[in-house]
Amino acid sequence: MTQMPSVQISRRFFRVWQRNFSVYRQNWKISFIPPLLEPLFYLLAFGVGLSALVGDIQYKGNEISYVRFIAPALIAINIMYNAFFENTYGSFVRMYYQKTFDAMMATPLSVEEIITGEIIWGATKSVIATAIMMAVISLFGLIRYPQGLLIIPLALLGGIAFGSVGMFITGITTHIELFNLPIFLFITPMFLFSGTFFPIENLPLWAQHLADFLPLTHLVNLTRSLSSGLLEASMLWALGYFLVFCIIFFPLAVHRMHRRLIK
Amino acid sequence: MKNVIEAKHLRKIFGDFVAVDDISFEVLPGECFGILGPNGAGKTSTIRMLYGFSPMTGGILKVFGLPMPGCFRAVKARTGVCQQENNLDPDLTVIQNLEVFARYFDIPKAPAREKAENLLKFMALDHRREAKAIELSGGMKRRLVLARALINEPELLILDEPTTGLDPQSRHQVWDRLEALRGKGLSILLTTHYMDEASRLCDRLMIMDHGRVLVQGRPVDLIRKYAGHDIIEIVEPADVLKAHVRTQNLEYEDLGHRLIIYIHESGDRLYHEISDRYCTEGCIMRMATLEDVFLRLTGRELRE
Repeated sequence: MTQMPSVQISRRFFRVWQRNFSVYRQNWKISFIPPLLEPLFYLLAFGVGLSALVGDIQYKGNEISYVRFIAPALIAINIMYNAFFENTYGSFVRMYYQKTFDAMMATPLSVEEIITGEIIWGATKSVIATAIMMAVISLFGLIRYPQGLLIIPLALLGGIAFGSVGMFITGITTHIELFNLPIFLFITPMFLFSGTFFPIENLPLWAQHLADFLPLTHLVNLTRSLSSGLLEASMLWALGYFLVFCIIFFPLAVHRMHRRLIK
Repeated sequence: MKNVIEAKHLRKIFGDFVAVDDISFEVLPGECFGILGPNGAGKTSTIRMLYGFSPMTGGILKVFGLPMPGCFRAVKARTGVCQQENNLDPDLTVIQNLEVFARYFDIPKAPAREKAENLLKFMALDHRREAKAIELSGGMKRRLVLARALINEPELLILDEPTTGLDPQSRHQVWDRLEALRGKGLSILLTTHYMDEASRLCDRLMIMDHGRVLVQGRPVDLIRKYAGHDIIEIVEPADVLKAHVRTQNLEYEDLGHRLIIYIHESGDRLYHEISDRYCTEGCIMRMATLEDVFLRLTGRELRE
């Protein structure tokens, strides 16, 4: 009979978050650059280069410019990327190469707290990136305030959702190269087909239904509505979707990592 | 006084591999207890159960009188662990490594800083306090891991092969520090491959193999009992010598190209006899060591 201590999560997970923040502060000047420059590149390429071909886009009965259409999607994509990459590559490096989790497990921290701290940290990176991107995008007048400010807490929720999936994948991945697989099968299709660069309605009906299952679709809808200053009842559905997503994947991630770390 | 560690019939099974097979031992307050054994003997599996890293398959384990793994938080708060690998935070500086670790134990900032500075002095690392951990030499990394294990002022220090891979100077420096800590009354449990390390540091030790305890006791007693007092080693022994040894009612091992004779009292008389009559060179007499005990009990074949 194997004796296991019961699942233990206390506020101590914050210590793990703090550790990651301490390391982040060492390299913050570099970490700041991508979310600062990326929206500029995209807005330049799509706003100047592509929008001449595309023209305006029909969004909820209004004609809006192509730049206004994609700017909120860029934020949503970054929420997904930051948390997902932090809790796959970042967490994997800490777990597998640096043995950071092993060191933590020799202290009063529990595995559950370590994983919770990691996921909340991944979500924090989504929030940091979101705030920087919003500052840049706001310079072009593409976000309406104060509704737009709600994108910040949304980034935390979205970050927890995508970070939990990432952490779950980390829990079953044996080699760092294998992360290419979920990126190719899960992240890239979402990047392209979640109503990011063209309206979902342009897809065939079956693909529209498929896209409705993707978390990024809902995140894009939310950031787009909030950027346009809209607050509608349908947004509650998207929020509910994310809550359910987190309720499923967060415990699953913790459970998987528990199995992986405790031998 | 209560035992620091009390392990009874401890077992650990991975799938169908029995890593630890019914072992019992205790560690007394203030003593240094060693676990010796070849690779795969179950040393690391044993100590991982001790600090709650891995759940036991069976048996009873108490640390500071508290049942494990149930009381893992209370036990770990009072234990310092120095794992086999140098799992420092490579991006952080030396002092930050200690401060970040202090937070895991909920030590407030000011006392953490003070403890960290003291430990860096104790480990002779204060001149590198602002260096990144990744820039340190192997010996310095090891000392930093050791300093980190002491940040919570533990009552028990668990060391998994503390000097593996270090150069002789660094090993001696680590030993010095460990002796100083033992002098202050810290209880220490260590695993090692190095017999000189075990002889120097351990008050008592046990030798494990295939998940079981072979022997347990004070190093001197184990040497006397299992290897005797003196050892005579003969390289390329002549057949006449082997025949002579066989008739003498001696404890010996014939390894083909090497003959080892274990002598329980003084070996002077026999040594002179052998070196005068059978070999003029390639014959030495030396004190029995823990290494002789170890090799006799665990055999000489490679463990890979």
